[in-house]
Amino acid sequence: MLSVADLKKGTKLILDGDPYVVTAFDFVKPGKGQALYKCKMKNMISGSTLDRTYRSGESFEPAGMDERDMEYLYKEGTHYTFMDQQSYEQVVMEEDAVGDAKNFLLENTKVAVLLFGDKPIGVTLPNFINLRVTQTDPWLKGDTSGSDSKPATVETGYVLRVPPFIEEGELIVIDTRTGEYSTRVKG
Amino acid sequence: MQNSGALYIRAQVLQAIRRFFTERGFLEVETPFRIPANAPEEFIDPVPTLASWQLQTSPEICMKRLLCRGYDKIFQICRCWRADERGSRHLTEFTMLEWYRSNADYHNLMQDCVGLLQQVADTCSEGACFKRNSLKIDPNQTWLHFSVQEAFLRFAKANALVSAQNGLFDELLTDRIEPALEKFEVPVILQDYPAQLAALARLKTEAPDFAERFELYVGGLELANGFSELTDPFEQRARFEEANRIRQQMGKSELPLPEPFLAELSAMPPAAGIALGVDRLVMLTVGADCIDQVVAFTPESL
Repeated sequence: MLSVADLKKGTKLILDGDPYVVTAFDFVKPGKGQALYKCKMKNMISGSTLDRTYRSGESFEPAGMDERDMEYLYKEGTHYTFMDQQSYEQVVMEEDAVGDAKNFLLENTKVAVLLFGDKPIGVTLPNFINLRVTQTDPWLKGDTSGSDSKPATVETGYVLRVPPFIEEGELIVIDTRTGEYSTRVKG
Repeated sequence: MQNSGALYIRAQVLQAIRRFFTERGFLEVETPFRIPANAPEEFIDPVPTLASWQLQTSPEICMKRLLCRGYDKIFQICRCWRADERGSRHLTEFTMLEWYRSNADYHNLMQDCVGLLQQVADTCSEGACFKRNSLKIDPNQTWLHFSVQEAFLRFAKANALVSAQNGLFDELLTDRIEPALEKFEVPVILQDYPAQLAALARLKTEAPDFAERFELYVGGLELANGFSELTDPFEQRARFEEANRIRQQMGKSELPLPEPFLAELSAMPPAAGIALGVDRLVMLTVGADCIDQVVAFTPESL
């Protein structure tokens, strides 16, 4: 069990059956009164936030989280299926839990899946991922508009800004943390 | 990068405090930091040291013994330690200013607070104002006074005496009253606390449910706690024992009683004393959100 002394930013605990992460924390103590521990917490499944005040002596169940190496297999409707690289067990995740990672997921991509008990609640991608450009306007050499980027669509359907010299069919590197173009894959 | 000017302003604030009290005939004193017993309190845990002595949680015990010996106006700026208190406005080791006056009551201390804060703001802060949450608080304007009961009825829609009995007093104070006090552009004094929340204070003769204790707030930040001192050794011993009884109920260790203080207390003249958090006064002077910004080192950085 966790005590109030263990509460700090980043602590994961279970409230009403759901995993929460502490996003802000402060210790307050009015006058000669008792210590109070003020927390802002975020539900790790729904993303909703709440404020709670605890007194010393209260205890909490830590949220047991497990991160496992998995391979993305396929998508069916809003369900994304991943396979555990060690046990070959398959897990299915809702689109909401996949979040922005869906913009960069190609079949057979190696990812880390965060599990709360048996429930997958998040995906961590490699920091950089290679995707092929499926649509972008050609670069007009005489273009004097001065624009230093243009929109491009990649094979997952994600649209981002790329430099003007990028052409359809080229492989580019995307930083998955920002969703931005990083560099061109040469050769 | 921390606020690079904070340590300079901190030094100025310390000088302004010393000037204020020496100009008014107060004697600066030093008393031991390591003592055999603090005043036992329900919610303050001393840091233990060798030979089962403790670091002081406040210099009050020794300073009141000096009052008993006839030193009638004394002040001290010193380090105090309170176990497990750490947050944006708490450090386990912090700097306290305490001052005591013989033949005085808490009204005299309120007047001292007005003069002290005006002098600190005038000499150490930009525009002679304190700053908290982007609000300017001007100690040169008329201060506000609320009785604790008034503040509870007005800001928490609750009765202070009932709240003190049912254990909700502290939550209501931090969740409803302190946020309301953040909005005032002058310092605020909350006075006359429910008797059970004032272990070393004298009760009001005309309203014995309340004690002659006050707290000073600037921008919603609690800065000082003062009271008319209890001088009855029997009543004082009973209140210490009550604090220990409550500590036991909470599963905390009992604390030793400061016996020499209790033995000398009958010789203490009527007096009033107050403790003010110097780190917080510096926070208000520089406009720092967090106590970490006004000290040279935090425990985590050592």
